[in-house]
Amino acid sequence: MRNPKVRVATTSLAGCFGCHMSFLDMDERIVALLEQVEFNRSPLTDIKHCDPCDIGLVEGGLCNVDNVHVLREFRQNCKILIAVGACAINGGVPAMRNHYSLQSCLEEAFLNEIGVDNPMIPNDEALPLLLDKVHPLHEVVHVDYYLPGCPPPADAFVKILTDLLEGREPSIPAEILHYD
Amino acid sequence: MGVESSNDVQGADHLLHRLYEIQLKYGYISKEVMLCLSKELQLPITQVEGVVDFYSFFYRTPRGRYHLLFSHCTSCGDLSLMQRCCEVVGISAGETRSDGLVSIDSTSCIGMCDQGPALLINQLPIVNLDDARIDQLVLLMEQQTPICDWPSDWFTVQEKVCRAGLLLHDTLEVGAGLRAALRQGREALLQSITDSGLRGRGGAGFSAGMKWRFCREAVGEAHYVICNADEGEPGTFKDRMLLREHADTLFEGMTIGGYVIGAEKGFLYLRGEYRYLLSHLQQCLVMRRQQGLLGSSILGEAFNFDIEIVVGAGAYICGEESALIESLEQKRGVPRVRPPFPVTSGYLGQPTIVNNVETLVAATHIALHGGAWFAAHGTASSKGSKILSISGDCARPGVYEYDFGLTIAQMLEDCGATDTQAVQIGGPSGRLIAAKSFDRTIAFDDLATGGSMMIYGGQRNMLNVVQNFAHFFAHESCGFCTPCRVGTQLMKNGVDKIATGHGTAYDMDELKRLSSMVKRRSHCGLGQTAPNPILNAMESFPEAFIGVLTHHEYEPYFDLDRSLNEARRLTGRDDAEAHLS
Amino acid sequence: MNRSITVIEIDGQAVPFDEGQTIMDAAMAAGIYIPHLCHKPGLTPHGSCKLCTVDVDGRSVSSCTMPAVNGMKVSNNTPALMEVRKSITQMLFVEGNHLCPSCEKTGDCTLQAVAYHLGMLDGHYPQFYPKRAVDASHPEILLDRDRCILCALCVRAGREVDGKEIFAITGRGIDATLSIHSESGLLGDSDLSVDDLAAHICPVGAILIKDEGYEVPIGRRTFDLHCIAEPGLEPVILRKGDHTDA
Ligand SMILES: Cc1cc2nc3c(=O)[nH]c(=O)nc-3n(C[C@H](O)[C@H](O)[C@H](O)COP(=O)(O)O)c2cc1C
Ligand code: SF4
Ligand code: SF4
Ligand code: SF4
Ligand code: FES
Ligand code: FES
Repeated sequence: MRNPKVRVATTSLAGCFGCHMSFLDMDERIVALLEQVEFNRSPLTDIKHCDPCDIGLVEGGLCNVDNVHVLREFRQNCKILIAVGACAINGGVPAMRNHYSLQSCLEEAFLNEIGVDNPMIPNDEALPLLLDKVHPLHEVVHVDYYLPGCPPPADAFVKILTDLLEGREPSIPAEILHYD
Repeated sequence: MGVESSNDVQGADHLLHRLYEIQLKYGYISKEVMLCLSKELQLPITQVEGVVDFYSFFYRTPRGRYHLLFSHCTSCGDLSLMQRCCEVVGISAGETRSDGLVSIDSTSCIGMCDQGPALLINQLPIVNLDDARIDQLVLLMEQQTPICDWPSDWFTVQEKVCRAGLLLHDTLEVGAGLRAALRQGREALLQSITDSGLRGRGGAGFSAGMKWRFCREAVGEAHYVICNADEGEPGTFKDRMLLREHADTLFEGMTIGGYVIGAEKGFLYLRGEYRYLLSHLQQCLVMRRQQGLLGSSILGEAFNFDIEIVVGAGAYICGEESALIESLEQKRGVPRVRPPFPVTSGYLGQPTIVNNVETLVAATHIALHGGAWFAAHGTASSKGSKILSISGDCARPGVYEYDFGLTIAQMLEDCGATDTQAVQIGGPSGRLIAAKSFDRTIAFDDLATGGSMMIYGGQRNMLNVVQNFAHFFAHESCGFCTPCRVGTQLMKNGVDKIATGHGTAYDMDELKRLSSMVKRRSHCGLGQTAPNPILNAMESFPEAFIGVLTHHEYEPYFDLDRSLNEARRLTGRDDAEAHLS
Repeated sequence: MNRSITVIEIDGQAVPFDEGQTIMDAAMAAGIYIPHLCHKPGLTPHGSCKLCTVDVDGRSVSSCTMPAVNGMKVSNNTPALMEVRKSITQMLFVEGNHLCPSCEKTGDCTLQAVAYHLGMLDGHYPQFYPKRAVDASHPEILLDRDRCILCALCVRAGREVDGKEIFAITGRGIDATLSIHSESGLLGDSDLSVDDLAAHICPVGAILIKDEGYEVPIGRRTFDLHCIAEPGLEPVILRKGDHTDA
């Protein structure tokens, strides 16, 4: 082997896995990609923790303690961190809850909702505690690149990864740039 | 204490005055009252609401019967006194006590910088505050003693003219300037004002003669004279002194201006913080009318002119001339698009001159003594004298008048400032000058200034000064244009992040980039100057920033652990996993 | 015949103008795009969004309000100005709640289209996440203040075209907000009718016609078909929901 493969990690924080699905939408192009890339921590591999990686793709914003821990692990281990999708970039749909206090969200879901039996706000220590607001990634760690879209189209994934693999400054052509 | 009811005052129906009365009477302005008022005054409800929400001294929710506003100024402010007051009274800043007796908050500089710390209680200034006075004051409130029975010396604002020059040397005989003006005739008088080289004293320094000429030549149904007595720049109080001690000379200057441009009506726009001067000013107007110096056929000539006073309600932006005009027109104080300028399209779209108090006072002197007399003083670019408001870390704060061209060093020596690390020239919107540049001079071609001189001694933390100013501008932005509306908030947050020890080198670069953009791209002078303190301090006092930067590469933009407070409270958890560092 | 032609120069290109026209007017007539959000031909210029910022002989001015003066040299399409405009656009995004995926205006939104044009990938600044009121009281029209960029187009359209007092901007600074001229303060009690220009002019998803949501499929929306910088697009943008042109 001449070149060791570029190591990529991916994760979904407060997101819907839509970005991952879209990533896989690149279909057969993933075969070519896999010749140059190997996946480390990712829902695609089931590796639970990051080894040092070249590129980290993070989908979703930050809504709880766990998200923050995972994001920090990615930042520590990935040379390049990419915020993927609307949620990672500005909170996206999950940030719609920022319109309400956390208290009213939890009360609505766990106390007042019709059909709730045993109404109580979950307090198990195994559950990650919620932040009072959903935040985008760059409010907590440095983000190197942004890949907008909800989700970003597969072409955009291909483009940004190809650019990086070929040592170019990534850019997204106007035709595939959208926020929705 | 005599705040006179404005019923017998002209312009009592001005929206700002009606809202003031309502605020005073009920402690707040309810939606119902706004609806009634909008019907009565035939103004859209959105205009009434817009004004209520725009001006700091109007509230939608009840304030206390004693409403305290502590000045938040680096010269006449001391928020530790506010803190003390809050603790004794048992509320936090911004709150009204549940019994409705007291409410406490901070406010932008109230112009008592030579006798601070100071506060406004129900719109009256109390000066020279200290712990003991706060404790006494709380006692009087708890005993529900009417404010008129409080020690009167607390409310006595002393006018300390520490150095008198060209204008302050003598008090002119009432009417003398106006008589001289009418004797000369419009054209000769205007020539004399132009020859004097008098430039605006409000900061921008536009030639008074030219402004008056443009306005005189502009076509309109009516012409107007406006005296800008908004004096909102933190650290300035010389107009306060002029309004108190030289009101006649000022009104005479307005009248002379009206004579030259062909106006029959003048307005004095008085900042709400100076409402305590209103009765004195009104009295002065009454006297002048009796003496035939105002009204119709002034001094027997075919010249009619009268003056109305409109009192603002806590908005720094209303010192900007076009925002001031909007405010006079009973609207939110949002600066207009220029051109057109007020000289062609000002109050009610008519040709209008807006001049600073000091400019108009100078005009009266020039009418009396001639342009050459004035031009003989000062420097080539800057004729005459400048009245400075000196405050901060010095032995003798007060009003000082100098011929233009004096050095900062001279000024500091005269007011007894030793160990000075910096002077904020012209207030937060002006320039921060560090010790190495104290040989620079006060003049339009060197350091142009409206006259605010805030002195910072060696013990001051300059970053805190910058922080204070960043908060000031974020609070005072009118919100019209994007760069300033959003940018002043971002600058405030950026400075706070650094000042609280969470700033990185990246944050500092960001702050600088943002500041330059806001400065260059904002709509009016507020946004264009708001970044000055940050940019100046970064240049002159970089160590104040760099010294407190963290050495992490990146720091979160919000307090992670605090963002878990609510969840901890709701779940009752406090285990290790319920925290973030 | 008037033989003295008045001309300004925009990025080196000579652009003729008539007395009384602004830089923006002249540029539009010549098919030159200067990014703008608070401007619509026919309404009194406002000058608030500052997206149309250009440099004239080194000075920063708003092209929508600045009268053209013979011989003016205007810089418009420069990398530095595009960067400034991107920053201003990012400010507009972060001060409100622009969650495009859940916004009915997406694809037809001028703010979004301008952001695409400027190559904006992220909001850059920390989000403000304001809590602003939604007003669904009108039977046919929805007001979602979360997305209002305070451009006052609706205010002016109401006053100047519809001849009605409907909207106004109230408050100060970052608390500036869009208010409704009605006793209750609700849109349903105002004079706004769905035929008014004020109901259609909003460049973003703040004023929405209720039963038009997601009518046009993805791929056929205004800015799927057009780039904001195309000349003559203004009428197309206003004709939202009526995509007969493609
Ligand atoms: C934000 C802002 C606040 C201002 N405040 C004042 C003020 O309080 N008093 C004043 O005379 N001029 C103030 N000015 C300057 C006025 O716009 C105007 O230039 C001045 O009143 C003209 O009078 P002059 O020519 O006599 O100086 C302010 C300008 C800005 C941009
Ligand atoms: S610069 Fe600031 S104060 Fe001036 S118009 Fe813009 S928002 Fe208002
Ligand atoms: S108004 Fe425009 S920018 Fe804002 S959320 Fe809707 S589509 Fe996005
Ligand atoms: S509702 Fe729309 S048109 Fe009206 S001010 Fe807001 S963004 Fe502009
Ligand atoms: S998870 Fe992909 S955009 Fe929200
Ligand atoms: S388009 Fe000119 S300022 Fe908004």
